[in-house]
Amino acid sequence: MSQPDRIEADPANGTVNIDGRDADIDSIDWDVPTRGTVFGSLLNYRGALAALGSAVDAPPYQAPPQAPVLYIKPANTWAPWGAQIVLPSALAAVEIGAALGIVIGSTACQVPERDALDCVAGYTIVNDVCEPHASLHRPAIRQRCRDGFCPIGPWVIERHEVPSPDALRFRVLINGALAAENTTANLIRPVARLIADITEFMTLAAGDILLAGVPENAPRARAGDRVRIEIDGVGALENSFVGERR
Amino acid sequence: MKRARVIWNGAVHDATEAAGRLRLDTGELVCESDVVWLPPLKPTERPRTIFALGLNYADHARELAFKAPEEPLIFLKSESTLIGHREQTQRPPDATYMHYECELAVVIGRKARRVTRADAYGYVAGYTVANDYAIRDYLENYYRPNLRVKNRDGCTPIGPWLVDAENVKNPMNLRLSTTVNGSVTQRGSTADMIFDIAFLIAYLSAFMTLSPGDVILTGTPEGLVGVHPGDEVVTEIGGIGRLVNTIIGDEALSEAA
Repeated sequence: MSQPDRIEADPANGTVNIDGRDADIDSIDWDVPTRGTVFGSLLNYRGALAALGSAVDAPPYQAPPQAPVLYIKPANTWAPWGAQIVLPSALAAVEIGAALGIVIGSTACQVPERDALDCVAGYTIVNDVCEPHASLHRPAIRQRCRDGFCPIGPWVIERHEVPSPDALRFRVLINGALAAENTTANLIRPVARLIADITEFMTLAAGDILLAGVPENAPRARAGDRVRIEIDGVGALENSFVGERR
Repeated sequence: MKRARVIWNGAVHDATEAAGRLRLDTGELVCESDVVWLPPLKPTERPRTIFALGLNYADHARELAFKAPEEPLIFLKSESTLIGHREQTQRPPDATYMHYECELAVVIGRKARRVTRADAYGYVAGYTVANDYAIRDYLENYYRPNLRVKNRDGCTPIGPWLVDAENVKNPMNLRLSTTVNGSVTQRGSTADMIFDIAFLIAYLSAFMTLSPGDVILTGTPEGLVGVHPGDEVVTEIGGIGRLVNTIIGDEALSEAA
């Protein structure tokens, strides 16, 4: 079944309305709602930075981060709602990074903070999966860029439907049990400030997705687990993790 | 064959090298100086993955006072940082040290997953030249080198040609050089890479799928020098191409805009 460009989503009930007919989210063959570059933001939750403690002043870091620290989740990591994510046999568990995905709607270059939300098309849910890694000194390509390690979706909720992106409660459920919860109120750089500080040095394009960040104490998932990330007012993203068939 | 993507007479064309000129996909022959050069990479449906190697030449690692890495130091770049041959790269007004990096760029031609070193070259479409500029003032020690150093708009000139893999007998023995305003400042050979092309394709494809159009910038040898507005920086790799770029300051960019 092909995916229409535009549907009416009910994030609270997990239902969608296509051409006047209500449909259950499970009945739809979802695609990732992007064709742009997906940028992750490292250490953008107060708790995530605090978890490093005094290490930020010691080698190899030497100082707390000054500008936004970004990384890229390349296209091989993208996975739609419902996709099974394969865990390599060498990996016992992965971290579930619950992230608000900020979908860029128009070219954003050197945007002042007060205008930054004008460049946003809407919001989605991203599961920024990674292999646990203690050192943040070097880019974590092997840990963050495995195939399927970035479920995105199921939809993009338009900006005007999410009036307060900096006060969204969200939670991670693993096999139905609450594993973590937090709120975007804990972002070090709230959404508009993040966009302003990034576009000072790099242009974001329509279709790019910027992850607001991943909180501290990311819960871990193993093969066989079903993971659900809920963001109030945006929706829920569900995927399951399976072991590698060799 | 040497392939390019150019704008000529207001339209984008694929082109090939023809005795010092460009043969457009329409058959027309045009002069190299009459076109706008785009990165020599066909558009991809999803964003291409652009890998870049840090410290992949032993001499350069020494130059930066690092011991050679035991595992490749790899970072990713987005397509927004790429620009074509004969374009301009901005030096931020507050920068004190911005330097070029002449690099052999490997373009993937086939989907690659768990490829062995022995088979790796079968997945290469071709080679081009990249200049992976860095602005060292913005280095921080989290996921270093961070995107603010390495992923600025227009800071990765690439081209002019994509040279078909079959026309490059030994990509691990190519001379690299950089000149700034005509003076040679960097010399090296791809023979001195720590992690060679076959290793990198095997290493990456062991944990992720590479797709046609993905690019691996394989790192730079020693000989880095600061560049300033007005400098013409030419990064050249024997048999692959001669990539020309000009550094501009803040005012020049504003005027251009």
